[in-house]
Amino acid sequence: MSTKHNKIDTSFEQCMKCTVCTVYCPVVAVNPDYPGPKQAGPDGERYRLKNPLFYDEALDMCLNCKRCEVSCPSNVKIGDIIQSARLKYGKKKPSLRDFILANTDLMGSVATTMAPVVNFTLGLKPVKLVMDGVLGVDHHRTFPKYTGQKFETWFRRYALKKQEGYEKKVSYFHGCYANYNNPELAKDFVKIMNAIGYGVNLLEKEKCCGVALISNGFKEQAAKQAALNLSSIRKAVGRGEEVLTTSSTCTFTMRDEYEHILGIDNADVRDHISLATRFIYKLVDSGKVKLAFRKDYVKRIAYHTPCHMEKLGWSIYSTSLLRLIPGVDFRMLESQCCGIAGTYGFKKEHYRDSQKIGEGLFQQIRDCNVDMVATDCETCKWQIEMSAGVRVENPISIIADALDVEETIKLNK
Amino acid sequence: MQKEYDVIVIGGGITGAGTARDCAMRGLKTLLVERHDLTAGATGRNHGLLHSGARYAVTDQESARECIQENMTLRKIARHCVEETDGLFITLPEDDLAFQETFIDSCLRAGIRAEAIDPAEAIRLEPSVNKSLIGAVRVPDGAVDPFRMTVANVYDARLHGADVLKYHEVTAIVKEAGRVVGVEVYDAENRQKKTYRSRIVINAAGIWGHHIAQLAGATVNMFPAKGALLIFGHRVNNMVINRCRKPADADILVPGDTICLIGTTSSRVPYDEVDDMKVTPEEVDILLREGAKLAPELAQTRILRAYAGVRPLVAADNDPSGRSISRGIVCLDHETRDGIPGFITITGGKLMTYRLMAEWATDLACKKLGVDKKCQTAEICLPGSEQPASKRKSVTVDGLGAKAAHGRHGTRSSNIEINDKSDESLVCECEGVSVAEINYAIDELGASNILNLRRRTRLGMGTCQGELCACRAAGLLSKANGCARRSIEDLASFMNERWKGVYPVAWGDTLAEAQFTSWIYEGVCGLDTFEKKEE
Repeated sequence: MSTKHNKIDTSFEQCMKCTVCTVYCPVVAVNPDYPGPKQAGPDGERYRLKNPLFYDEALDMCLNCKRCEVSCPSNVKIGDIIQSARLKYGKKKPSLRDFILANTDLMGSVATTMAPVVNFTLGLKPVKLVMDGVLGVDHHRTFPKYTGQKFETWFRRYALKKQEGYEKKVSYFHGCYANYNNPELAKDFVKIMNAIGYGVNLLEKEKCCGVALISNGFKEQAAKQAALNLSSIRKAVGRGEEVLTTSSTCTFTMRDEYEHILGIDNADVRDHISLATRFIYKLVDSGKVKLAFRKDYVKRIAYHTPCHMEKLGWSIYSTSLLRLIPGVDFRMLESQCCGIAGTYGFKKEHYRDSQKIGEGLFQQIRDCNVDMVATDCETCKWQIEMSAGVRVENPISIIADALDVEETIKLNK
Repeated sequence: MQKEYDVIVIGGGITGAGTARDCAMRGLKTLLVERHDLTAGATGRNHGLLHSGARYAVTDQESARECIQENMTLRKIARHCVEETDGLFITLPEDDLAFQETFIDSCLRAGIRAEAIDPAEAIRLEPSVNKSLIGAVRVPDGAVDPFRMTVANVYDARLHGADVLKYHEVTAIVKEAGRVVGVEVYDAENRQKKTYRSRIVINAAGIWGHHIAQLAGATVNMFPAKGALLIFGHRVNNMVINRCRKPADADILVPGDTICLIGTTSSRVPYDEVDDMKVTPEEVDILLREGAKLAPELAQTRILRAYAGVRPLVAADNDPSGRSISRGIVCLDHETRDGIPGFITITGGKLMTYRLMAEWATDLACKKLGVDKKCQTAEICLPGSEQPASKRKSVTVDGLGAKAAHGRHGTRSSNIEINDKSDESLVCECEGVSVAEINYAIDELGASNILNLRRRTRLGMGTCQGELCACRAAGLLSKANGCARRSIEDLASFMNERWKGVYPVAWGDTLAEAQFTSWIYEGVCGLDTFEKKEE
């Protein structure tokens, strides 16, 4: 498999200079020091081809939200050009902090073994100040809690056997967050799938999708993990199973970034990697599956579109599923970046911008007075919970909570 | 009472600019006159190739020697105008590989470092090269920016006391008792005729020198040879790529700044057409077809524009000094040749050998004036090239505008004044030209319209061809000139000039961009309702 640097993307030639990307860039809006996607992407690329010295370290400010690409009418891969340039020309070596933030797998494995201690310690003010001063992790940031029992452990102990009873199967790429921080989300996924008559398999081997490695400059390691994940995914697809996730970012990374940024060919399995809500909604929409909901589930819920969900164009699936719940008073938030962008908002140098970017969204949320916000991205969840003071859940968890399991099982017998 | 000059140099191309500098450096009171802007003729319409001389080695050893000698000189004195890329002469399966040996022998004889390299090594060095090549020779070709180099020569001429008049067309050569004593010019801006007197007049007007010589009563028979080129949207190659065979159409691909250029064609054109060169569809076809043989990626690369220049080839039979046409440089002493004292024509030659041409012409002028000063232009660097290129400190710390400006103005970029944030903002986004650089070009480099700015900064030369930058530049000029009406006319004429070059290649993204540009300027700004004023 080729993991060599992808060949020069010449989509920048299609740029018409209309500047709509710069209008939609969340960073430009809050920080005039960022040259903006047009200059950092297509315009800058022409200069970098002339001389790598033209690389501008300000490209570090890019969130990789890809909103520039979504807005581009000429199909220029602006975000990809910027990310590739950072990996190819960036001279700043990743720091210890970047290593810690990027290696979500490693940190997760260590942290879960002593979760109560880690959770307690990471919440202490002196610890936060030390992390701020020594590592450059902003002390304002609230850390996600680690679980004491990984989802994988739970699954093997309590759920694996039951899955054998289903004829139809899907594979589940749980990702780091569901495994180390929020196993409830993964359990909710298994609960729904089982209720609609699908058994769940885990992948033979699974590593972090690599999104944090890519954004922190660890390209080689990201490529290694991508190769491992793709090899497991190929086996699952070979068994005729779709590979589902409960994180928009993992999905987006494995479908698009593997090829565009890491230069790894995933064309054979790309269309089989999907988000759980998309898979389920398509089944419901085509009448193959029916969902029954609890009558007593009454909630006012607003949906936030994560940037990578915007790029995938898939929020329609999650929101349509949520709208199926009779007791849900649904609100759609105007699509805006929340500012965290994975590990970006944890970094001291970006914290201020991160919060400023999200402010418009936080205000929208405060104004619409909802019980909770639904979103498909875990880091958006952390950001919104911390900054807007509202509970945030993955649509899968909301569906699982509202689902009348007995009735649903009956409907899908 | 007009000031009396020692020398009047006619022509604001590289030859005239170099000659004016050389004259001024030797202490002559010098005036440079140009009917349009600097570099408006063949100087601004060529490949920008820093020839190693390899192209001429087989057929013309003397030109090859001149080239390699000037090549090495320009790397030193004009380093901010030069990109030391090296070049490849590739042999394709359809070419005769046996020619390679003759080629290398001839190069070495002329003093040009030429080494045969393995085709695989050539692909490693220059990944865009046609992978089916069967042979490659590496030579010290490079790229040179003729705009920058001309402006630097004129700038230095002024620093040495020369006067420069642009938009002053020579309408007559003033003679007294058979002797040339000055020129009559038409000042286009003030719409008046003026006379300037000098002891010597040097005709360095390129192809238009034919006409200037006629004004003086001499005949210099020129054969205008048109050469068409295409500019591509980005640098496909980082080394010059040539075909290792006898020179033919479209066999040189040169990387230049942010773009690359394929050229040229060669065809004789009547003299009365030299002011209005159009690129034909056939020429575009040839350039694309042959270009893709050098670097196949060209076939999928966006073309920004097409243009053509006119080579001033001089007829050999009219050359009494005995120098043959193949020699390139022609320096005519009309006193001995035609009995017209005080008149010199310097022509033929190449962009590459402009300094040598200037030296010859100035040597002759000095001899006539009895001035005994050695030429120093081969040793003293042009303004902007004074410091070694390795000291480009600013390139790693500043934004695109500052880095790009450093590339364009070399050490002189430190004279670009940045007082606040708005000075740093970009006027031309494709080429990274800041407000401060535009103001520098207006104040220091004598730019008074958008076309001037383009030639001094690369404004409007990028992918959008003026779409976003032209109106911003017009705004800055309007402030500097204190006249909005003039800026609007200027803007309309600039956009028309851009379109003229886009038109022959207007398809795909290029056409879409042009359409978008027309929406902005006609649809939004209503520019088509203003009258045009051609240069």
